[in-house]
Amino acid sequence: MRGGLSLWVGGGLVALALLVAIFAPLIALTDPVMGANLMNAEMPPSLEFPFGTDAQGRDIYSRIVYGARISLTVGLVSQLCNSLIGVTLGLTAGYWGGLWDDLVSGLTNLMLAIPSLIFALAIMAILGPGLVSLLLALGLTSWSYSCRIARAQVLSLKSQGYIQAARILGYGDLRIMFTQVLPNILGPLIVIATLGMGGAILAEAALSFLGLGIRPPFPSWGSMLSEARDQITTAPWLSVFPGLAIFFTVLGLNLLGDGLRDILDPQSTTRRGA
Amino acid sequence: MLVVLVRRLANIVPTLAAVIAVIFLLFSVLPGSFISAMNEDGRTSIDPAVMERMRKEMGLDDPLLERFAKYVAHTATGDLGTSFRTKEPVTKLVGTRLWPSLKLVFAAMAFAIAIGVPLGFIAALRPGSVVDTISMVGAISGLSLSQFWLGLMLMYLFALKLQWLPSFGYGDGGLRYLTLPALALGVGPMALLARTTRAAVLEVLNADFVRTARSKGMSERRVVEWHVLRNALVLVVTTIGLQFGSLMGAAVVVEKLFSWPGVGSLLVDSVFQRDIPTVQGCILLIVMFFLVINTLVDMAYVAIDPRIRYR
Amino acid sequence: MSDPLLKVEALRIALAGNRTTYNAVEEVSFEIGRGEAFGLVGESGCGKSITALAVMGLLRPPLSLAGGRIVLDGEEIHDASAAEMRRLRGKRIAMIFQEPMTALNPLSPVGRQIAEMFVLHEGMGWSEAMDRAEEALRQVRVPSPERRIRDYPHQLSGGMRQRVMIAIALACSPELLVADEPTTALDVTVQAEIIDLMAELCAAKGTAVLMISHDLGLVANMCRRVAVMYAGRIVEAQPAEAIFKTPRHPYTRGLINSLPRLGERSRRGRQKLQEIAGTVPAIAGYPAGCRFNPRCPEATDVCRVVPPEATPLPADGLVRCHHHG
Repeated sequence: MRGGLSLWVGGGLVALALLVAIFAPLIALTDPVMGANLMNAEMPPSLEFPFGTDAQGRDIYSRIVYGARISLTVGLVSQLCNSLIGVTLGLTAGYWGGLWDDLVSGLTNLMLAIPSLIFALAIMAILGPGLVSLLLALGLTSWSYSCRIARAQVLSLKSQGYIQAARILGYGDLRIMFTQVLPNILGPLIVIATLGMGGAILAEAALSFLGLGIRPPFPSWGSMLSEARDQITTAPWLSVFPGLAIFFTVLGLNLLGDGLRDILDPQSTTRRGA
Repeated sequence: MLVVLVRRLANIVPTLAAVIAVIFLLFSVLPGSFISAMNEDGRTSIDPAVMERMRKEMGLDDPLLERFAKYVAHTATGDLGTSFRTKEPVTKLVGTRLWPSLKLVFAAMAFAIAIGVPLGFIAALRPGSVVDTISMVGAISGLSLSQFWLGLMLMYLFALKLQWLPSFGYGDGGLRYLTLPALALGVGPMALLARTTRAAVLEVLNADFVRTARSKGMSERRVVEWHVLRNALVLVVTTIGLQFGSLMGAAVVVEKLFSWPGVGSLLVDSVFQRDIPTVQGCILLIVMFFLVINTLVDMAYVAIDPRIRYR
Repeated sequence: MSDPLLKVEALRIALAGNRTTYNAVEEVSFEIGRGEAFGLVGESGCGKSITALAVMGLLRPPLSLAGGRIVLDGEEIHDASAAEMRRLRGKRIAMIFQEPMTALNPLSPVGRQIAEMFVLHEGMGWSEAMDRAEEALRQVRVPSPERRIRDYPHQLSGGMRQRVMIAIALACSPELLVADEPTTALDVTVQAEIIDLMAELCAAKGTAVLMISHDLGLVANMCRRVAVMYAGRIVEAQPAEAIFKTPRHPYTRGLINSLPRLGERSRRGRQKLQEIAGTVPAIAGYPAGCRFNPRCPEATDVCRVVPPEATPLPADGLVRCHHHG
């Protein structure tokens, strides 16, 4: 866990994933959804199909490449949503205290009592499968940690008198929050967001695997794995490659988060134990 | 001590009540859809009058507050409602699934603690060494794995290719069937515990009182035994408690993958079948379990750290 | 001095930076006789604490012993193995630290932390060791020791914790006690009690004391001889009364003058608190020549270029200044 190495390797992996996602149409070989050709069903990796083909004869490699778009989008958007909610609630709760703080803290405790995957599952159950419901489910269920951290940071700033000083200078609340508090808590929050993205991608994979997230024929890495499961004996490569894609992307995010933590959060306020 | 335990457990009730409320409200949107779903999949076409009667029977048309009050009252007496699908009491359905889930979760956690904590210790006591680097690279990889994918790979390797272990199911409930699911589930927490323990031990090793211990002329081994161990464990125990939460989330998927007859797989099936009472019952049980575990972890924390006792 | 207990000669401690290595402490030499109280004084950052750690063999990276000799009772210990140093620590040399709250294990009862000494060095069983611990607490004048041995550090006041530390350090009657700012973190009223306690116990056991402090007055009261450190070097060393009556180094004079004294106002009217201008230089930026020259009221050209040699003074003293006297 040398800070420098983590940063570069992680950053590299994440950059790779991003590039693959962005340039998917250019580097894919076939159309991921429509390129089905039953003549090519379940062929092992070869020159023509680098990662093999699935039961419908679609090229796995192209599907993984397009799948990067889905996984990264889900990861990014849901984490953004979580961070926004968490920071807003945590910041205001810590800043204003009182009844609002009690309310937010109660809500946070509630959220923390329900494992986030299960909560997301429940929401998916209500909303039905699909990208939008997935984004909602993942984006609304993992904000409690950033909320806690944001609130703790605000309270720590409060105890150090920064906020008091700004108030005496006549700054308005909103101004203080944006110019004084936010920059100070940005570091740890970026770390949480990076690590959280990895978690979101894993959660999307899990939900899609169960059939509650992105449904076939769309090539989310998780849904590819759910399709692959039944063919595990006849076509193991169907399971290996999507899983590896998930692994390396999340690994990249975790390494990046670790590396960022050494820079942005040296006092390890985000070390809830990692 | 017992009094404190009971008191702490009683503290769960308000949170639990709030969770019940949230889950119930969440699903109050759904009930009707069960019936319409039955109609929608074209397998059975139901006479609208029959649908209407079914709704009345299941009490789906009563006002929300009334339904909620009834639900809370029933839950308090242990009646979690009746499954839409099998018409059995939910409590019975969930009850049969409880033990397999507990076995799985505890086995996974036991594995995670047994390997993760010592690994973290060793890594911290030899920082920068080969052991340290390998353990930490392993740990961060373990964290990045999709647990069900790991399960799938393990299943392929050990069950299908090597044929050493059964590939799915509960079987006779013996160790052979438990191994693969527990491993798949336990690797994530194990990785996190290894990292947490390492960080905790390193932090303690740099503490002032460890310097005092060294100044007393103690061997490094004694320093670790007498002074480092307990102080590091305090930080690790908290993580273990938190990990149970994510473990249960992941357990849902692992159970489904391995066709493990636990509460998690029941939850997934019920969601697909729109069997709301069962879904609610499963979630309730899982949350309650998590809260109880957290309370126990809190108690363990108090037992280890005297500073908290005297507050 | 003939047959000193501790002899430190030309000690050099290196600090490994990012790209270069700095000398945090250089040319430090002093001797402590058996049963003698010796004071090492200086501002924060002058290197006195790490000198103490070096004597104990407790330096950890990025600090390391880079040169010089440390001789305890005729034996060279600066290159002793880890095992040999462990045998000395607690038994022949002991140390007490500045922050008693963090210096004690928060999860272990104080009685046990004292008893550890007896179990480690005198091979006692735990119950006998706990009895001795209770006795030790009585010696350091902690009230109700039979109850206190089961208390945890957070249940005791700062002064009592420091007494516990003293009890631990003196448990096995070591020959040398290294005390690193033992009273700095305590209330003023408690400070004097602790110092008196230390002086009394050490005198009774014949334990020599290396007393480290930034408080010249405190040190001069307790110690027979005093050395003043600045920027990693000893700039003056003299017997205690001499250093107060006739300080030879401008820094020492500055330190003495900056001590607020009772009765000054009635004698000379309102005075500004005297201070030494400037701040202690960082290790990476030690000035050329005499390290004190930027802050010295008597600095001349030679001071800015040539580092002063050590000039011996009567009674084993020394001073490092071009304009001493």
